Amino acid sequence: MKQAPFELAHAREWGEFEAFLERKSAFDPAEMPARFRRLCQHLALAAERRYSADLVDRLNRLALRGHHALYANRRRESQQVLGFVLAGFPQLVRREWRLVAAAALLFFGPLLALIALLQQFPDFVHYLLSPDQIASFHQMYDPANRRIGMREADTNVMMFGFYIWNNVRIGFQTFAGGLLAGVGSAWFLGANGVVIGAVAGYLTQAGFGETFWSFVAGHSALELTAIVLSGAAGLRLGLGVIAPGNLTRKAALVAAAKPAVRIMYGAALMFLGAAFVEAFWSPLTEIPFDVKIGAGIAAWAVLLAYFLFAGRARAAR
Amino acid sequence: MLDTTRRVATPEGIELTLRLAGPVPRALAWSVDLAIRIAIVLAVMLLASQLGRAGWGVVLLAAFFVEWLLPAWFEAQMGGQTPGKRLFGLAVLNDDGTPLRWPGALTRNLLRAVDFLPFMYAFGLVAMLLNRDFKRLGDLAAGTVVVYLSAATEPGRKIPEAAPIPPPVALDLDEQRAVLDLAERSAGLTRERVEELAALPTPLVGALEGERAAARLLGMANYLAGRQ
Repeated sequence: MKQAPFELAHAREWGEFEAFLERKSAFDPAEMPARFRRLCQHLALAAERRYSADLVDRLNRLALRGHHALYANRRRESQQVLGFVLAGFPQLVRREWRLVAAAALLFFGPLLALIALLQQFPDFVHYLLSPDQIASFHQMYDPANRRIGMREADTNVMMFGFYIWNNVRIGFQTFAGGLLAGVGSAWFLGANGVVIGAVAGYLTQAGFGETFWSFVAGHSALELTAIVLSGAAGLRLGLGVIAPGNLTRKAALVAAAKPAVRIMYGAALMFLGAAFVEAFWSPLTEIPFDVKIGAGIAAWAVLLAYFLFAGRARAAR
Repeated sequence: MLDTTRRVATPEGIELTLRLAGPVPRALAWSVDLAIRIAIVLAVMLLASQLGRAGWGVVLLAAFFVEWLLPAWFEAQMGGQTPGKRLFGLAVLNDDGTPLRWPGALTRNLLRAVDFLPFMYAFGLVAMLLNRDFKRLGDLAAGTVVVYLSAATEPGRKIPEAAPIPPPVALDLDEQRAVLDLAERSAGLTRERVEELAALPTPLVGALEGERAAARLLGMANYLAGRQ
């Protein structure tokens, strides 16, 4: 069959298919798969018989759009979100526990070591923070300067925006850095651990411990864990690059990105929660020191229990 | 042939052709998106200035969403197209030609942070030039490609009408295709170039040259296309 009779014989069907794709329903949607297969056959015939490029391109375009319409995935996403928070996320974190442990070591290692070290050698802080930074932390947490507690409600909203913009960005960078063979994630984890440890250790030693710890206690669990998980997700990417196993490096990276980005969904939610707490609960000075520390410890306990136990029943089923 | 197409097989047993987009159109689309992002943040800034310090919080929130999540939202929900990509007829698809979903869209947009390093997407550009699918690092990890969604047929790509002439020798499929392609493209070429090309296949046009060779080949193209 030559091209012109071929076009003539099928033009009406192609026109109907195109109209269907533009949602001017030209036929019953139930006919779509059969019609799509017929279109695929026409494309194969046209290419095999070397009909003109114009016709082949047009059929290819129609087939591509039909492919998209037919294989669009229409799962119920709202249910997925709930299932993910209740079970999928903690399961995923437990499955990747080795990387989470490695990331935690890279982050909490320098953090805790510096807090301990600075109690003995307070001057060591000058290796880590500039005098300007030290002065500004001084001013922020000086019990005599009750600026933290004097914050107005509108300042809270401003700080909420700032925490989202800044902290989630740090988390995303920590994750993305993993693509550079994991080096970026390791560096961000370590660097943030060093800075947080230096500030905490220095302020405790300088006698501002009460204001500092009462401020950070509430959001520390969510925020620090979220950083560690972002780092673990980044290390997952890095591992795909460094040790692809039986796959090609590219395939290993694609395979690693799937769980990694799911961890990032959870980490982003945790950063969001941490920003809420940090903006609206942590600056409250009316609440006694003991209560704030207690709330912080409770948050750590709940979070730990969540990652250890949530979703186990569902997995067993 | 040096070609920027990629073929993907579908379950129906056919191969679809994706036309990959290179760094330049993608950079142009990105600049349009950047301009839109800046405009949104400025607009929010203007409105939020009424709110005092809380306004700054709103601005920072807007900056965060616009920078990280808005492109991913467009790519996951609007057929793989951010406004800039739509303007240049580009779209992001999965490797296998299926539409992009949230995981892929988020992966490639979060990893933009690495593609941007050390300055102005240098890593992304190098990565794009090092693989045959023009993938930046985020595309490699997400398993996505940026393709042209070809617009409607360019005008003038129809084979001009002429009285059909049967070719004097039998042509195989590739030869038929070459004749059809030349006839299809003749409107876009200069007359001299068409005549020059038409004089080349001597088994078809014999000793004819110039305008008469072109007319004869056009007749054969009409015959091959099956016009009566």
